[in-house]
Amino acid sequence: MGKKILLAGIGALAMFGGQAYADHLVAIAGPMTGQYASAGDQIRKGAEMAIADINAKGGVLGQKLVLEVGDDACDPKQAVSVANTMVNKKIVFMHGHWCSSSTIPASDVYNESQILMATVSTNPKVTERGLKNIFRIMGRDDQQGLVAGGYLADTFKGKKIAVVDDKSAYGKGLADEMAKALQGKGVKPALRESITAGEKDYSGLVSKLKSAGVEVMAYGGYHTEVALILRQAQQAGLKLTVMGGDTMTNTELVTAAGPAADNVLFTFSPDPRKNPAAADIVKKFRDAKVEPEGYVMYAYAAMQLFAQAAEQAKSVKYGDLEKAMRGGSFDTVIGKLSFDAKGDNKLPGFMVYQWMGGKYDYVAK
Amino acid sequence: MALALQQLINGLTLGAVYGLIAIGYTMVYGIIGMINFAHGDIYMVSAFIAVTGFTLLTAFGVTSVPFALLVVLIVAVLFTSVYGWAVERLAYRPLRGSTRLAPLISAIGMSIFLQNMVQLTQGARVKPIPPMITGGIDVLTTDGFTARLSYSQILIVLVTVALLAAFTWLITRTSFGRQQRACEQDRTMTALLGIDVDRTISLTFMLGASLAAVAGVMVTMYYGVVDFYIGFVAGIKAFTAAVLGGIGSLPGAMLGGLIIGLIEAFWSNYLSAEYKDVATFSILILVLMFRPSGLLGRPEVEKV
Repeated sequence: MGKKILLAGIGALAMFGGQAYADHLVAIAGPMTGQYASAGDQIRKGAEMAIADINAKGGVLGQKLVLEVGDDACDPKQAVSVANTMVNKKIVFMHGHWCSSSTIPASDVYNESQILMATVSTNPKVTERGLKNIFRIMGRDDQQGLVAGGYLADTFKGKKIAVVDDKSAYGKGLADEMAKALQGKGVKPALRESITAGEKDYSGLVSKLKSAGVEVMAYGGYHTEVALILRQAQQAGLKLTVMGGDTMTNTELVTAAGPAADNVLFTFSPDPRKNPAAADIVKKFRDAKVEPEGYVMYAYAAMQLFAQAAEQAKSVKYGDLEKAMRGGSFDTVIGKLSFDAKGDNKLPGFMVYQWMGGKYDYVAK
Repeated sequence: MALALQQLINGLTLGAVYGLIAIGYTMVYGIIGMINFAHGDIYMVSAFIAVTGFTLLTAFGVTSVPFALLVVLIVAVLFTSVYGWAVERLAYRPLRGSTRLAPLISAIGMSIFLQNMVQLTQGARVKPIPPMITGGIDVLTTDGFTARLSYSQILIVLVTVALLAAFTWLITRTSFGRQQRACEQDRTMTALLGIDVDRTISLTFMLGASLAAVAGVMVTMYYGVVDFYIGFVAGIKAFTAAVLGGIGSLPGAMLGGLIIGLIEAFWSNYLSAEYKDVATFSILILVLMFRPSGLLGRPEVEKV
């Protein structure tokens, strides 16, 4: 009997202790391993730097932030188990996941346990399911596809355009939107194809593109496949211009595709490295030998977003945080963030970029 | 016409690579009756050795492509066969004589181990090498489409043919080949005749690994991009090729590889690239329904 009371007492103490004295656990999740691991690496570097900076300034509501890292390898099943682990660890905020196909199933778990999320996944479904806990700091594929498709229709008038995807939630969603945007401008795609991601041989697709006289490929998917397609197109004597989405920001594309990468266009939010207000942070990253490309600054911004929302709400309770996020406006390294009723970024502002000599920049008009 | 020719070329090149890997599966199955699931990862390891080799040679200022290719090929075959030997010695030999499932599970474990080892030591990032052999011959032009046979495709097919010739000679004409075939038929009897069965099995693994090594080098040269995960897809396809041709049969493995390569090329051209894998596996199911031991496989006869 005495033992039981003692145990109950310790349990209660532990619970109180957890509430009152622990640091705030915040988490990131994404492909830390697997073929898209370089994106996970960017997220981790951005988040680590942000947390170090926030903690150096005294943390959030007087308490330090501690980072948890989840690895979903872009596998939807693993994403759900990562989500469950994170829920058990009692995190108060999740920046992730990265692949839309991981974010969608995982967000149901976080929603059930009332954990706030900020994601960079771009598939419209992420915010279209009426979940209150999820906010998107990136744009959506339909906005992205509209910009990409519109640009292709205007710039490559009279040329044959194929639309290809990799069957992933992100890739297919983006490709569908690009096709829709093209058709909206009266351009009928010459080919609509899907490939299997993770293979090495796309010569079948390349020959098909070549025989159809395609010069431009609008592609929904990840950079690894684009690099292979470009290389094989070059081998087959086909000059191909590719229009992709935000995943083409990865420098691996250039190492893998070589000079052919200069034919890659893509849409991405305005480059945070060009944001004058973020110049200090950019310099800090570069001093630490981290190039703040791709998702680095987004991860940094996500952590700032949480810190500011918590300060405004004066609480890290889910209800208060959610209210603060929905109503507020936040100053981050990627610019001002505010959200609409669905949780989408109000001002995503996609731009068309082009790779040129191993660097990307806004496309020359 | 030119388009069909182009897909024939693409299919044969891809099929040659699948076939080379498939032989490793089929040989191991033939001799110890297990599927070596780590074989795809052995191929991946050789691709990494090739990338390292090419990068080092470039760093030392070697510019002659044939020389670099030859050196890398030899180095990759040597190192990879050591891997093949080590995998057999560590993961399969201690389990010989236990249940049939034990080495299978051990093989899956070995596959996961190799993938993670390469990921940890080499990083998860894609490792590319710049294109080495560019250019090709325009073979045929019809309806504005030019079929192109690239030099690297010629090289892959030539190397495969040469390798297969050497390999057939090794199995049918040498004393090692005879021992190997004897072990396939009856291991106990072979041991009674004074042949070192363990040694023969080790050599079989090394031989399978060296064929996979050649495939790895060829793929690295042709596609130019390698990551720690390539062994999985290639392994599944090659395993399918081995089963399609009749597992245990060496010509069957090559035939299966070529058939799968051709199906993939033609299907993705005339129908849709989306359902390419569906086509491959449907044909596998169809073949197995009518010929359960594969195209060239012999059914196991159990004597009563």
